[in-house]
Amino acid sequence: MQNTIQHTDIYAIALHHRFQWEEAQQCYVILFPEGMVKLNGGAGEVLKLVDGQRSVGEVVASLQATFPDVPDIEKDILAMFDLALGKAWLRKLN
Amino acid sequence: MAQQNNGVAANVTHTQPLWLLAEVTYRCPLHCAFCYNPTDYDKHTQNELSTEQWIQALRDARKLGALQLGISGGEPLLRDDIEDIVVEAKKLGYYSNLITSGVGLTEKRIQAFKEGGLDHIQLSMHDITEEINNFITNTRTFELKKKVAAMIKNHGYPMVLNVVIHRYNIGHIKEILEMAEALGADYVELANTQYYGWSLVNRSQLMPSKEQIDHAEKITNEFRAKVGNKMKIFFVVPDYFAERPKKCMNGWGEVFMIVTANGDVLPCHSARVLPNMQFPNVRDKGLEWAWKDSPAFNKYRGDSWMKAPCRTCPEKDNDLAGCRCQAFLLTGDAESADPVCSLSPNHHIIEKAIEDAKNPQLQAQPIVFRTDKNSKKIIAGELQERVADFHALP
Repeated sequence: MQNTIQHTDIYAIALHHRFQWEEAQQCYVILFPEGMVKLNGGAGEVLKLVDGQRSVGEVVASLQATFPDVPDIEKDILAMFDLALGKAWLRKLN
Repeated sequence: MAQQNNGVAANVTHTQPLWLLAEVTYRCPLHCAFCYNPTDYDKHTQNELSTEQWIQALRDARKLGALQLGISGGEPLLRDDIEDIVVEAKKLGYYSNLITSGVGLTEKRIQAFKEGGLDHIQLSMHDITEEINNFITNTRTFELKKKVAAMIKNHGYPMVLNVVIHRYNIGHIKEILEMAEALGADYVELANTQYYGWSLVNRSQLMPSKEQIDHAEKITNEFRAKVGNKMKIFFVVPDYFAERPKKCMNGWGEVFMIVTANGDVLPCHSARVLPNMQFPNVRDKGLEWAWKDSPAFNKYRGDSWMKAPCRTCPEKDNDLAGCRCQAFLLTGDAESADPVCSLSPNHHIIEKAIEDAKNPQLQAQPIVFRTDKNSKKIIAGELQERVADFHALP
């Protein structure tokens, strides 16, 4: 982990970035000047919940409820936050 | 991976044109010596697509999977319907980018772009000195560009600067980056000149030496370490100085599609230089046919068209034999290996260019600026000695 991520942190998609579902690719994408990234299923599920309202803890709880059979999902979710912060896809609101 | 059929039969491609570049006009108030536009662009200034045709093209490309839209030219702001195109792009879910010299960007227009949902504006800058800016563009645009940069920032847009690098400004890389930082740039692309179109005609004037490139890259790396994530800096290494060719456009007909001012649909910026190719036009069978089925888009998909040494090269998937246009322009054979590759039998052409760049004063010829007049001359067959210099005979 490069970044310290707390359960109380609230994030939003970074300025000048856009997150959207792509019908033609059947995946979520993140778009920004000069680039784009197609997100895999898990990454898309996490970023879908990053809306500037929910805290990291709420995102974790929500996904644990949606995917009760995935072991240790919290670790994967925090790793995804870490990656997204490292790529500057997110901005911290609090 | 696309199937390959040498453009003979209908093909099945699973690729998507993620990037759509709309070159909405070839008209331009600037006359940059390094412009990659075709030298015969003047043929295509009278038959531009209408607003309705552009909107249809945007819709069709979006259905094919296009996501990133570049609105470019020439100078796109010479058209008065960019506002309409922007609104449609937003409605369709594109991430849209206006690629401009800044000439023609007014408060009123940028306001309309913002309201219409344009995502960002990429502004070209040329140097820190007024002299070189005005010389290389053959216009007095230095002060205007600084004003436009401020306008872009004031409207809450990310500041994306594109600086084409050549022998006249490569010595100012540090100062250019400092200027970008002072303007509040979020992204800076230092685009070393690649040699197509006007820049190929002017290569002996524009091409820096290997030492200059290495030095510029070193300064860029130091600056990047200093500013960190605050300003993203891209240094695009010119492929003449690389050991292996670039995977041009990430593969022919793989992710990139250009619609030109007159509606021709191309897999890369300069594909029209290739001989014996019939490129599709949006006025004919539409974009879906152009992308999936046209012989031109299928011609260099896959690898079965390759010749030796590429055909059996263990590295062929890395670069797909490089750039077809560069292969043709420098060797006369579009299917040969890109001569940038040290394994190409024609690599000596690149080595000579690099050698010549060490002694520019011996090689330099007067600059042929990108003007309607010069384009007309080239179409009429004048200036052939300049063009022929680089076209090895087949």
